[in-house]
Amino acid sequence: MKVDQELIKKVAENARLNLSKKELDEFLPQFKEIIENFSKLDNLDTKNIKPSFQPIELNNVFRDDISKKSLTQEEALRNTKHKKDGYFKGPRII
Amino acid sequence: MKVKDFTKEVRSGNIDIIEHTQKIIEEAKKINKDYNYFNVISEELALQQAKKLKEKIKKDNKGKLLGVPISVKDCICVKDIETTSGSRILKGYKPLFNATVIQKVIDEGGIIIGKTSQDEFGFGGFNTNVGLDYKIPRNPIDKERVTGGSSGGAAGFTKITKYAHLALAESTGGSIVNPASFCGVVGLCPTYGLVSRYGLIDYANSLDKIGGIAKNVEDVDLLLDVIKGHDENDSTSLDKELNKYKDIKKIGIIKEAFNVDDEIKDKIIARIDELGVKYEYISMPISVEYGIPTYYLIAPSEASTNLAKYCGMRYGIHGELNETYNEYFAKVRSNNFGKEAKRRIMIGTFARMAGYRDAYYLKAMKVRTLIINEYQKAFKKFDLLLSPTIPITAPKIKDIDKLSIIENYMIDMLTVGPNLAGLPHISVNVGNNKENMPIGAMFIGNYLDEKKLIEVGKRISLN
Repeated sequence: MKVDQELIKKVAENARLNLSKKELDEFLPQFKEIIENFSKLDNLDTKNIKPSFQPIELNNVFRDDISKKSLTQEEALRNTKHKKDGYFKGPRII
Repeated sequence: MKVKDFTKEVRSGNIDIIEHTQKIIEEAKKINKDYNYFNVISEELALQQAKKLKEKIKKDNKGKLLGVPISVKDCICVKDIETTSGSRILKGYKPLFNATVIQKVIDEGGIIIGKTSQDEFGFGGFNTNVGLDYKIPRNPIDKERVTGGSSGGAAGFTKITKYAHLALAESTGGSIVNPASFCGVVGLCPTYGLVSRYGLIDYANSLDKIGGIAKNVEDVDLLLDVIKGHDENDSTSLDKELNKYKDIKKIGIIKEAFNVDDEIKDKIIARIDELGVKYEYISMPISVEYGIPTYYLIAPSEASTNLAKYCGMRYGIHGELNETYNEYFAKVRSNNFGKEAKRRIMIGTFARMAGYRDAYYLKAMKVRTLIINEYQKAFKKFDLLLSPTIPITAPKIKDIDKLSIIENYMIDMLTVGPNLAGLPHISVNVGNNKENMPIGAMFIGNYLDEKKLIEVGKRISLN
């Protein structure tokens, strides 16, 4: 597995993080160290083994389609600074 | 004083709830100047609750936690109290509701005294990865040393307070037992799903568990009794009761886990010898050797999706809206996540990316199955498994920066196993090393076998 600046930049972009030059320089050797450690898992044979997305088997939970009390519009907007006419206001798209 | 004795005193009128609440708040404020255990001390709320309770007990003095001060790890939502999970990106966020565990504690008469320090979003084993603008909590026994993490404030304050007190903590890969061990108190992490996660700020959903830290085993047992139980607001909540207590016949000592300092090994084995329960060594190579890479793929993968929602829009920190949305989100995130949060977002994003997903994320999920199977095989033969909680005692804060990333992550070596498998585990103090720093022993039980952990904890603990 080739770990280089390009890969780090690509990952950062996907994660919506702007990394400074200093951060990039710091992350690169760390990423190499981490991914090398991860490759240890290749020693284990996992053919025919099912993945455990949860530690305990879970069942689907269903409930009747009945409306319940939820946050009011005013409450839902209480923690934001950016609102307009009862809506969240976001940054422009283009 | 044990919590049970404290509530008796409250009931009989020997302790005034308001005065007592004031005292512990004053103590918390004073201690916080040197030790940084609290992100928020919720004085107003606590006194308001105390006054209400004082009125209420004139008519009805029921409540398992009557007047008991409760500290809350910052990642658990308390209505109207700033809740940031120790991160600047959530600065100013005041939840509109209580987490289920908070409501349960309040309903039993508990008094919320504040939000305790943690590694940002739970990302650490030393509590040195605090968010930007937050201070590192200091070990109650030696201020130069770490509390452990990520529930460091919970464990530190539990150790240092003179008053009856319970701490709500949370574990993803060991964050309850780790600081409990480093600070010399008791930490109990329950079976995955036993305690509702509703109102918990997620780190990694398939791993997060809310549990308790207390001065002694009886206290932590009482807290679990209050907070456990099915919750329809949490889709991963278990609808099962704890197993009834059955005699502990045989304990399995995890062989690979005892490659640690002789001092740690000797103290634990000496205590288990005194216990008089049969034990045998058992080899658990997958859990101990492969736990770290498995955990550090799964947990950051889940974390990176959970943290995607923090972008300065609906709550928490906000920026100026004069850029396009991608620029705005990236700027808010880059300026307000701490270093380890960025690192884990990067690792998790990478592991889930097209082309790498099968080799890393899915592979780790399969190894997790092997780890679960390894434990299940062990529990056919043993009632409980034993290992040191942490391979070392609390290191100095200044030495943490010298560790490489993997060395840093290795602190979780013994705790990630039971966490990946969702198994309950307890850490109790079994003595101190030469430098007077606490040594913790960790017992791991099978699913819903918390009563066995409580029993063995009571018998072996020096707390």
